[in-house]
Amino acid sequence: MLLEVEKIASAYKGRNDMLIKVLREVQPLTNNTLTPEVAKTIANAMEIPLTQVYDTATFYALFSTEPRGKHIIRLCRSASCHLNKAKELLQQIEKKLNIKVGQTTTDGLFTLETCECLGLCDVSPSMIIDDDVYGNVTINKFKKIIGKYR
Amino acid sequence: MQETRIILNKVNNNPICAKEYVENGGYEAVKKAVQMNPKDIIDIITDSGLRGRGGAGFPVGLKISFVYKTNSDQKYIICNADEGEPGTNKDRVIFETVPHSVIEGMIICGIASGATKGYIYLRWEYPQIYDILTKVLDSARESGFLGEKILGSEYDFDIEIYVGAGAYVCGEETALIESIEGKRGEARFKPPFPGVEGLWGKPTLVNNVETLANIPLIINNGSSWFHQFGTEKCSGTKLFTLCGNINKPGVYEFPIGVKLQDLYAFGGGVPKGRKLQAVQLGGVSGSIISADQINVEMDPDTLASKGMTFGSGSVLFIDDSQDMIDLLENIMEFFLHESCGKCTPCREGNLRLLEIIRKFKNNTARLEDIDTLMDLSSTMMCTSLCGLGQSSPTAIVTCIRNMKEVFTNRIKGEQYCG
Repeated sequence: MLLEVEKIASAYKGRNDMLIKVLREVQPLTNNTLTPEVAKTIANAMEIPLTQVYDTATFYALFSTEPRGKHIIRLCRSASCHLNKAKELLQQIEKKLNIKVGQTTTDGLFTLETCECLGLCDVSPSMIIDDDVYGNVTINKFKKIIGKYR
Repeated sequence: MQETRIILNKVNNNPICAKEYVENGGYEAVKKAVQMNPKDIIDIITDSGLRGRGGAGFPVGLKISFVYKTNSDQKYIICNADEGEPGTNKDRVIFETVPHSVIEGMIICGIASGATKGYIYLRWEYPQIYDILTKVLDSARESGFLGEKILGSEYDFDIEIYVGAGAYVCGEETALIESIEGKRGEARFKPPFPGVEGLWGKPTLVNNVETLANIPLIINNGSSWFHQFGTEKCSGTKLFTLCGNINKPGVYEFPIGVKLQDLYAFGGGVPKGRKLQAVQLGGVSGSIISADQINVEMDPDTLASKGMTFGSGSVLFIDDSQDMIDLLENIMEFFLHESCGKCTPCREGNLRLLEIIRKFKNNTARLEDIDTLMDLSSTMMCTSLCGLGQSSPTAIVTCIRNMKEVFTNRIKGEQYCG
């Protein structure tokens, strides 16, 4: 896995501006987690300081240094979704997956997170699983959707 | 009431295909612009009265002229597609419906300002738009609208997509520039403004997606045509995102100056059995007004004169089943999460505002907490580095001003009496 990370990162040697792109591209390979090994590999391959990798990575909501699962479910919690019962939906999803927000299912398949506005305010409540967006989410719809990721 | 669709005027069956777009009159504005003097392009845009559609409402012609006047070996155009204001998804709809109009707008800005390179800063939350835009750019390149010597003219211009990684503050233009440079999206001190020192220290023009989509219309039809829409001081149409508790949520285009109560009626009102309680205008950084204030024209100047905000055109309807304090808590949690932390008023202020709102939520607030909210808000608005901290207290301040009972009702509990 680290070899693949190195391959992606070494294509952007000295290109500090490509760091976010590299972090995005390595995420799916690294179980969505920036471990110290992954961070070091990126820094060495891009020939940039390790501190810069952490500096940038810890700023953006997309990245995490905490262990996460294979698929990330992000449920929008911003205003329009909030007014359309996103909190209740979150509780139902927590119950269905048997985890709390921020946790990962025991099989390592799903991490449940909330996120800020997904830009799907006209079809709220909304969520995004990895790169797939879903609007007008209900618990029944959710149950069907996650079947696709199992 | 009917929509006035000049931007969302879909002419293509396949919005991605440049050829089909050209067959239906697309890229005429670029063909015109390559024959024009940059100064004349800026004059037409200035005369049109077009103001930025991202939220700040800055005159667009003036902004282009700043970059035009700055001498540099390299200049940049950035399309701000980091649409992160909760309650706004108009830019997504523009890209889904008429993506080439935004590309046209960027090319024309390039010609007018002397920039040869453009970036679209796209939020990561729009992966479907990334796919559309990649194809749109390829299609435009194939047809000769992007690349070297576009349409055989002396102008070079090409566009790259840059995808963000989840940060509301990157909608602020200097934070956005930092992000393209691969750094944390923290706002810069201004001046220097991006028009003088922007991306990699070079003059940079940053415009919102909707602003750019207006530009080919103005070049094609002239500034006086554009003035037939909207108000005297703010011409054109606006894409309004109707959302929250409304029967027909969606993005709709109306002339600027449309009445809020007409938008409400157009959206079909609140769900059956409920009553409208309040509306938040311009996103969560905008003003909260009560249901009896909706007889108001939606234009930046009228709204500003009443202490209200136009912002990004978001219209969030809130019905009487909602607890306003609960909503304010949600809004302040948002700003606490999204503050970049660079300046103290915003980093600390949002946390303190949230703490006080939570006192109202659990009925431990006292009457003087309302004054503290107002004092702290005013400090943040005056001293925060960028628009985030300057506007994050707006919801609280306007809610106190327009719906004070929301707060006073919560301090009539035993804590206050005791």
